[in-house]
Amino acid sequence: MDKRTTLADAVAELRDGMTIGIGGWGSRRKPMALVREILRSPLRDLTIVSYGGPDVGLLCAAGKVRKVVYGFVSLDSIPLEPHFRSARQAGAIETMEIDEGMFQWGLQAAAYRLPFLPTRAGLGTDVMRLNPQLKTVRSPYADGEELVAMPALTLDAALIHMNRADPSGNGQYLGPDPYFDDLFCMAAKRRFMTCEKLVRSEDFLKEGTLHTLVINRLMVDGVIETPNGAHFTECPPDYNRDEAFQREYANAARDAASWQAFATKYLSLESEKAYQEAVRKR
Amino acid sequence: MSDVSRAEICAVAIADTFAGDGEIFVSPIGLLPQIGARLAKATSAPDLLMTDGVAPLVANVIPVSGDDRPAPVVEGWLPYRKVFELLWWGRRHVMMGATQIDRFGNQNIACIGPHEKPKAMLLGMRGAPGNTLSHPTSYWVPNHSTKTFVPKVDVVSGAGYDRAAALGPKTARFHDIRRVVSNLGVFDFATPDHSMRLASLHPGVTREEIVSNTGFELAIPAQVPTTRAPSADELRWLREVIDPEKTRDSEVRA
Repeated sequence: MDKRTTLADAVAELRDGMTIGIGGWGSRRKPMALVREILRSPLRDLTIVSYGGPDVGLLCAAGKVRKVVYGFVSLDSIPLEPHFRSARQAGAIETMEIDEGMFQWGLQAAAYRLPFLPTRAGLGTDVMRLNPQLKTVRSPYADGEELVAMPALTLDAALIHMNRADPSGNGQYLGPDPYFDDLFCMAAKRRFMTCEKLVRSEDFLKEGTLHTLVINRLMVDGVIETPNGAHFTECPPDYNRDEAFQREYANAARDAASWQAFATKYLSLESEKAYQEAVRKR
Repeated sequence: MSDVSRAEICAVAIADTFAGDGEIFVSPIGLLPQIGARLAKATSAPDLLMTDGVAPLVANVIPVSGDDRPAPVVEGWLPYRKVFELLWWGRRHVMMGATQIDRFGNQNIACIGPHEKPKAMLLGMRGAPGNTLSHPTSYWVPNHSTKTFVPKVDVVSGAGYDRAAALGPKTARFHDIRRVVSNLGVFDFATPDHSMRLASLHPGVTREEIVSNTGFELAIPAQVPTTRAPSADELRWLREVIDPEKTRDSEVRA
């Protein structure tokens, strides 16, 4: 089945109030072209589930977000995400702040169609105070240990970015870490994958080993080729993080005027193509 | 040894935190912990398993900045998913930072002020809740003051000994806060109630300086040793191999 689609058609399937999982990690291999397409859309009140980076910061700054589910939000080379900080410090968004491993467990539970998975992480910390919806469960075996029942983080949609993909939805990462992109897809009802380069299936093994084919076509509903689509996050070996652009983005958090100038220059453009041109021309 | 910097004293104190660890995975988070852990691997704890900061596990001791020389010898692969597996397995010692830490070793890296509308949003919980209940954890605080060593942390990200005691011996059986290293001294929890104790003073630091910069009552033994100075071999590793560009001085003033 040919699953090729466009950024606009993919985002047209999303609705206000949806819970959307975003793959990658921090400022690494984020599906930024899809994030930018959401910025161009009228979508609002989203719940974003992410190992957070500038995806979360951009969506918060643009007023698209009602709630964020996260263990951290960071730009890596800039440890604190300034736009996320501004939104948090304004009390503008709801949170489910949990341990990074609990986060994985939530995706895993959703992927396995389980209501929860048990973990020790969270006990004895303010994860439990700040998330009163979290319950504990007692082991039915002789040990009787009390554990956190980390609930499934079921997603309405998942957005991921891969180095390579084929039209039927198989995806290949060529960098150092697959992150949790497969789990995001398995936890979601609708799954959209952007890629640096669309290839024929028979070309996958020319660039990476068998083990790099972490996304199979059962996990994906739509595929979009978006060269430089993870910009300004890193997407090795295709490109490193655009640190200069990331600094410009971070500096735009200084005040409303700085953000407006940044948004006008890069975000209020009619298409991803126009964004990429603006980035090239700067 | 009059030319030994405070940063070098801290690096050795951090290395000593990992000295007895044997063959486990260490996650030193931040610059001085990176330097200290590499120093431990080069000297007292050669079996430590470490990444280069991303997924490749690196067998040799390489510099923290500049051109990697010698080239990294990749001995394995530890993407984030494997890090989580390994930390739940327990064969790990992490050294994290702490924006706030209290008398029982509760750590805050989440936010300052009320969580629903923080005065300052920090990193978030990260892996602190799981780390502190799963395997040994130590902390590095480069700016020891009453703002960092506080009577009560605003948010508990990493569980301290009072929280672990409340969970009971079964749930907390892997809880083990080893040491806190600051720019002023080394601290442990070797007291009957596991409250923080001054274990050593860095050379040139007085106990009055420690007391006036700590926002809670520390256990202070009658005799407090001085944090040891690096050996000639350790200084060579630090200055010639691990940190020839002296990045350490940017985190701890000389």
